[in-house]
Amino acid sequence: MPIPTPLHPRTAALCESQEWRNWAGYLAAGTYEPTHEREYYAIRNAAALIDVSPLFKYEVNGSDALRLVNRIITRNVARCAVGQVMYSPWCDDLGMVIDDGTIARLEENRFRITAAEPNLAWFQDCGVGLNAQVRDVSEELATLALQGPNARSILLKVVNDANLEGLRYYRFSPGNMGGIPLLISRTGYTGDLGYELWIDPQTAVKVWDKIFEEGEGFGIAPVGIVALDIARIEAGLVMLQVDYISARKALIEEQKSSPFELGLGWTVDLKKEYFIGRKALLAEKRRGSQWNLVGVEVDWTSLEREFSGVNLVPQVVGRASRSAVPVYRDDWQIGHVSSHTFSPILKKYIGIATIESRYAELGSPVEIEITVEYVRRKARATIVRLPFFDPPRKRA
Amino acid sequence: MRSSFQSESLHRTMVNKYDAIVIGGGHNGLVNAAYLARAGLKVLVLERRPVLGGASVTEEVFPGFRFSVFSYVVSLFRPEIVRDLNLPAHGLTILPLESTLTPLSNGDRLYRDSDHYRSMRDIARFSRRDADIYEDYSHAMYFMAKAVKYILGIVPPDPTSLHPGDLGSLYRLAKHFLGLGEEQLYTLTRLMTMSSADFLERWFESEPLKGTMSASGIIGTFLGPRSPGSAYVLLHHYMGEIDGVFRAWGFSKGGTGGLSQAIARAAQSFSAEIRTDAPVAQVIVRHAKTAGVVLENGDEIFANRVISSLDPKQTFLKLVDPRQLPDDLVSAIRKFNIHGSSGKVNLALDALPQFACWPGPGPHLRGAISISPSIDYIERAFDQAKYGDFSHQPYIDIVIPSMIDPDMAPPGKHVLSCFVQYAPYHLNEGNWEARRDEFGEAVVDTLAEYIPNIRNIILYRQVLSPWDIEQTVGLTEGNIFQGELSLWQLFFLRPAAGYARFRTPIQNYYQCGSGTHPGGGITGAPGRLAALEILKDLKQ
Repeated sequence: MPIPTPLHPRTAALCESQEWRNWAGYLAAGTYEPTHEREYYAIRNAAALIDVSPLFKYEVNGSDALRLVNRIITRNVARCAVGQVMYSPWCDDLGMVIDDGTIARLEENRFRITAAEPNLAWFQDCGVGLNAQVRDVSEELATLALQGPNARSILLKVVNDANLEGLRYYRFSPGNMGGIPLLISRTGYTGDLGYELWIDPQTAVKVWDKIFEEGEGFGIAPVGIVALDIARIEAGLVMLQVDYISARKALIEEQKSSPFELGLGWTVDLKKEYFIGRKALLAEKRRGSQWNLVGVEVDWTSLEREFSGVNLVPQVVGRASRSAVPVYRDDWQIGHVSSHTFSPILKKYIGIATIESRYAELGSPVEIEITVEYVRRKARATIVRLPFFDPPRKRA
Repeated sequence: MRSSFQSESLHRTMVNKYDAIVIGGGHNGLVNAAYLARAGLKVLVLERRPVLGGASVTEEVFPGFRFSVFSYVVSLFRPEIVRDLNLPAHGLTILPLESTLTPLSNGDRLYRDSDHYRSMRDIARFSRRDADIYEDYSHAMYFMAKAVKYILGIVPPDPTSLHPGDLGSLYRLAKHFLGLGEEQLYTLTRLMTMSSADFLERWFESEPLKGTMSASGIIGTFLGPRSPGSAYVLLHHYMGEIDGVFRAWGFSKGGTGGLSQAIARAAQSFSAEIRTDAPVAQVIVRHAKTAGVVLENGDEIFANRVISSLDPKQTFLKLVDPRQLPDDLVSAIRKFNIHGSSGKVNLALDALPQFACWPGPGPHLRGAISISPSIDYIERAFDQAKYGDFSHQPYIDIVIPSMIDPDMAPPGKHVLSCFVQYAPYHLNEGNWEARRDEFGEAVVDTLAEYIPNIRNIILYRQVLSPWDIEQTVGLTEGNIFQGELSLWQLFFLRPAAGYARFRTPIQNYYQCGSGTHPGGGITGAPGRLAALEILKDLKQ
C-alpha cells in the first residue's frame, strides 16, 4: 500500500477528487479537482504547486565524489559549478540508459542526484574502490515544485536570503522562508518557468502554507500528476517506463535505448575520458543509431475526416495517454508513439515517438494509429522537433 | 508637362495602392485581413480608435486593472480559424470558465460545474426531476449545436435562385437537415420558433435553473425570455466549441483584447498592414466600383477592393452614398433591426467579493455568476425596457477575470465584469449622459443584494450604456451583435435578402462584420467566410 508523503496533511485536505496514484510507493494526487483542466492552466498561465517528494534522491560525498558521478553519468560534471544543476541520463556498460535525473553540485565534492527509480545499489557498485559515499536521502528531503509564469513572483514574496532575480535556469541557491532553511533550484518537469524546493520533511507543511498564502493573488493551484503529464509531453521530456524502459528492467535487448536514441545525444560527452557505457556509445556514434526520439504532430483535418466518417467531432481532448500506438510510413510500421496528448495551449494533438532513424527526418509525413469507435484508423501526422512548447520565460 | 503630371499621378497611386482595405480593426475585420494576407494580398486594416479589437478589446482603464471593456467571454470563435491562422503561436490562450453560479436573494444558490453528479445533486435540491433530465437536455443540445455547426461554415445560398451553385448548396443544406433525424428536426424547429422560456419549460420546472438558462436566450437582444424567437438566441449561445466540446465557454488570456491581438499578430505575420487612429470617412466609389477610401483627415488611400467590418447601417448608409445603392437594399437596411439593449459595468475591486450564498474564496468565483433567479425576474426586467426605461433590477452576467487570469489585476485585487440587461438605447426620460450614473447605481444596488461587501471594495467603476458603446466602438445603438439575431434577419436574410453573400451592389465593396452571416458574438466566422468569397471572386 502506498504511504503518505510529508505533505500529505495538506494534499489530502485539498484532494477533492480522491484520485490518488501510486508514485514510487507514495500517495500522489492524480488531480485535486474533478477535472485536471484548471490544474493544467495553473502550470501554463499562473502557478502550480506540485508535491514531487516521491522522487528518489541520493547524495554523493567524499574526495572522489566528482570522479564517481563522472563515472556514472554521460555528461561531464566537472563542468558543473557549485550552485549549478545538470540533467543527464546514466547507462549500463552497453550504453543503454538505466535512468535519468538532475545532478546538483552542492559543494566541490558533494552532489545530489535525483532519479525515477531506486539506484542506490548501482551507484554504490559503481564506486567500488573510490573514496566516495553514496547515501539514499529520499526520505530526508521533501520536494515541492512551484511551476508556472508566476512562480518567481510568489517566491520573491516568501523567500529571503536568496538571489532569486539572479537565479538562472538550472542553478540553485540556498534560501530562507521565515526562518525555515531550504534549497531552491530553478528546475522542473513542466518546460515552464519554475522552481523546485528541497526541504526538511519536518517543515514542509509550513513551506506549503506560506506559498499558498502568498500565492493566492497569483492564481496558485495545487496540481496533480495528470496535468503534469500533459505539460511534460508539451515540454518534450521523456518519462522512464513510459517513453523508454530502464536497461535494468528490460526483458529483451530491443526494449533498451541508448541516450542517442532518446534524443539525449547532447548529454553524451564522449570527450570525457571514461564513463560507464562510453565505449559502446562511441561505437554507436560512429555507426549511427537505429532509433530516434522525435515529436509527432497530428494533422487536425485528417483527424476530423476520420471522425466525421462516423459523424463525430475528434474525440481526443482530455488526459494524456501512455498507451503506445504504432506509427506508419506507407503502410510500413516505422515506430511508435509512447506518450500522446491534446495540447490545450497549442491546440494540437501531439506525441513523443520513437522512429527508425532513416524515417525520422524533421518534417517527414507519417501516419499514426487512432481508434475511432473501436475501429483502427490512421491519421496523418508530421515529424517535428521537440519540445513542442518552449516559452522564453523558461530560461529568461 | 502633361506627361510629368501623369507619371506623378501614377506614382502616387502605386505608392498607396493596396489589394484590399479592411475598414475596422475588430475581430472580424482582423480575421478577414489575416485570411486575405495569407492568400498573398497586400492588405491594409484601418481602425478608427487608438486600440485594436473593436468590441473585443482590453484596456487598462484604471491603473493596474485591465478590463475586457465590452465583450468578455469566448466560446463561439471558430476552431478552424484558430488552426488556419495558428493563433496559439501568436499568443492566443483560452482559459476555461469552470462553472455557473446563480445566487438567490434568500441566501441560497444553484451551482453547476463540470462535476456532473455534483451539479445534479445541487439541481435536485430544487427539483429531482430537473436533475434527472439535465443530462438529456445537454444531450439534445449537443445535436443542435452539431446541426448548426454546418451552417456556421457555409455561405448562405439564395433560395430564390436557379443558379447551379445555389441549387447545389441548397441541396446539400436540405440533405444535412434531413439527415438529422425526426426528433432532432422537431427540436430544431422548436428552437427556431419558440420563446426560450417555453422551450425550457418543456424540460425543466425549477426557477433558478430555468431563469439562468433562459438568460442565454436574451443576451444582446431586445427580447424577453417569453418573447418568441428567443429560443434561437439560446441556440446561438450554445453553438460554441472549444477543443471539440460544444457549449464550452472560456476566457481569453489577457481579456478579449488578447484574442484580437493574436489575430492582429497573425495578420501581420502574413504582412498585413494595420493602422490605428485612422477613421474612414467615405468609401470611394467610381462607376459603381470601389477604388479605395478617404480618411477623416482627407487622405485618400487606394485599393482594388474595400471590405467593411462595420454594421450594415454604417456599411450601406454611412460609408457610401445610399443614392449609389438600389432602393430595395437601402430600404431593407433602414428597416434592419438593431436595437441596443445591454450595458456593461466594470469594477475594479480592492478585495474579493463575498457572496452571501457562498462567502470566501472558491471555484464559484472562477466561473460565470448569473443574477437570474427566475424567468419572471428577467421578464420583469424586460418589461421596464419595453417601455423605455432601464431595468432597475437587471439581469447581470458576472465574471471575475482576475480569478481566471491573475494578470488582469494586481495580486489580491480584482476586476469584476458585469454584462447588464436591459438598457435600451432610446430612453423615455432623459438621456444616457444624464442617467448613466443612475444606471450604474441600479447595478451596484442589485449586486449588493447578493454581495454584501461590494460597496466597500469598489475602487473604480466604469459604466457603459448602449449610447456609450456606440460612441466608443461605433456599433449602431450599441447593439453587440451588429443587428438582432432574429430569424427574419439571419442566414440568407442577413443583413438583407439578396445581399447575404458578403458582396454589395458596388463592385469590389464587401461586408464582413457580425451584421452578416452567421451573426454576432466573437465567432470570426463572418470575417473568414467573407475572405473566402473575396478570394473566390479574385480567381474568376
